[in-house]
Amino acid sequence: MRAGRLRDGLVLLALAVYAAPFFWQALTSLRPDAELLPLTRLLPSRLTLAHYDVVLRESLMPRALVNSLGVALLSTALAVGLGTLAAFALARLPVPGRRGILLGMIAATAFPQIATVSPLYLLMRTLGLRDTWLALILANGSFTLPLVIWLLAGFIREIPRALEEAAAVDGADRLAALRWVVLPLVAPGMASAGLLAFLFSWNEFLFAYTFTATGASRTVPVALALFPGVFEVPWGDIAAASLLASLPPILIVVAFQRYLVRGLLAGALRE
Amino acid sequence: MTDRRLGWLLLAPALAVLGGLTVYPALWVLWLSLQYRIPVFSIARWAGLEHYAFLAGDTRFWNAAGITVVFTSCSVALECALGLAIALGLRGQHRGRRVALALLLLAWALPSVVTAKMFEWLYHPAGGLVNFLLGGRIINWLGDPALALPALIVADVWRATPFVALLCYARLLTIPADLYEAAQVDGAAGLQAFARITWPLVRPILLVTLLFRTLDALRAFDIMFVLTGGGPAGTTETLTVYAYRALFQTLQVGFGSAIGVVVFALVMAVAVVYLRVIGRAERAA
Repeated sequence: MRAGRLRDGLVLLALAVYAAPFFWQALTSLRPDAELLPLTRLLPSRLTLAHYDVVLRESLMPRALVNSLGVALLSTALAVGLGTLAAFALARLPVPGRRGILLGMIAATAFPQIATVSPLYLLMRTLGLRDTWLALILANGSFTLPLVIWLLAGFIREIPRALEEAAAVDGADRLAALRWVVLPLVAPGMASAGLLAFLFSWNEFLFAYTFTATGASRTVPVALALFPGVFEVPWGDIAAASLLASLPPILIVVAFQRYLVRGLLAGALRE
Repeated sequence: MTDRRLGWLLLAPALAVLGGLTVYPALWVLWLSLQYRIPVFSIARWAGLEHYAFLAGDTRFWNAAGITVVFTSCSVALECALGLAIALGLRGQHRGRRVALALLLLAWALPSVVTAKMFEWLYHPAGGLVNFLLGGRIINWLGDPALALPALIVADVWRATPFVALLCYARLLTIPADLYEAAQVDGAAGLQAFARITWPLVRPILLVTLLFRTLDALRAFDIMFVLTGGGPAGTTETLTVYAYRALFQTLQVGFGSAIGVVVFALVMAVAVVYLRVIGRAERAA
């Protein structure tokens, strides 16, 4: 028993060491400027919130956080909304070419962004959508849609058909069965798919870097990549900005871990 | 309304979005790659396969292809080895599983731009933790052509290993304990039990994970673009970075698209292998 506890503790310690680069960044964000370069001591003599103050008052970050949150939530809504309808059709209705469509969805999840970024850029320019939220919502939403459809079709197939048949006996049509029987049961699956879609959008860099030009639509990863330094690189400020950029992912691995894990497993195993 | 019509109706919005924003761009990029298009000089004419012919003799392209292969194979191999090791460590965990998974998955969930910025600071010659832990040596990790690619691979391994570990861990949890008890009765323990029970059961999932990670590593862009920008002296310039440079820095839309198409073809080739493996696993199950 005691050996087991010791072992558990050692594994936790090893994983904490694994996560050390992140904790180091957190410490850097609280370290006074004078103790950053050169690094002479592991622990700072005092902690300061000055870097957060600079980032929140003087940088593009607050605006970028709003942009990222808006874009990520709306593209997730787009993917999960359209994805749920499509997944229900593929899982339950006699759609011709169903297998081919599902296979296409898997192939589409593997598309490299670098191959579609140039036509999408031209498309967004033609539509007058450069530097808007809508461009990113459409690009991110469509990029995650195949994965969301694939996941949800799998989750819906796990629901016993008998439940919908019972509803049909009670006079419910297909749409009513979707609304009152399937949706409540597939809600946890929607959470899993939605979390993955949200994380993709929150972290997405290439589309955002290419389609945006100003604070009107720049997202957090772009603001971080372009973080300005006047004479030297402001490492403390960058660390503070990284921490702010990491808040939603942290919340997800801590609070919504169960859904994240389920989505990841179902998405990778494709069974 | 018939079920069939309802099915199409429910599918239509998703298919319309995918048609317009995924399929159409995927075909358009093929078309673009067959043209000379340099918008700043208003150049737009048919090029046929000239870009591809040029790539065949382009040393920068072959350099980038080589780096992509080295980056992908080293990253994926290290991720699989380390991921399996972590999964084996996690398997016996009784207390603090949630905390353990949170610590592990954090690296995977962070934006890769954050990871790149984090490692850029860790590798800093004078301010970085790495040199500090090496006793205050001044090594320019990201500026040295011999060290930049390994340094980049380490950053990517850190980011992607949790994914491999999670998949292996999930598989390990499904192996019934009595299999090991039976093996123990037969006198097999430790390494022998691993070779006889664990490895055969984990191998299929590890193969799937390996292919999945290969897909991702081939199309990786953010981490090298932000961490090293392809430098120093092009030693970390993968095909994706080369494509981006051609597309948006030298503004050769046609030429850059041709490199994008090559990445596309590479990734799809791996995807076909992946689907076959999955299909075989499904038939076997």
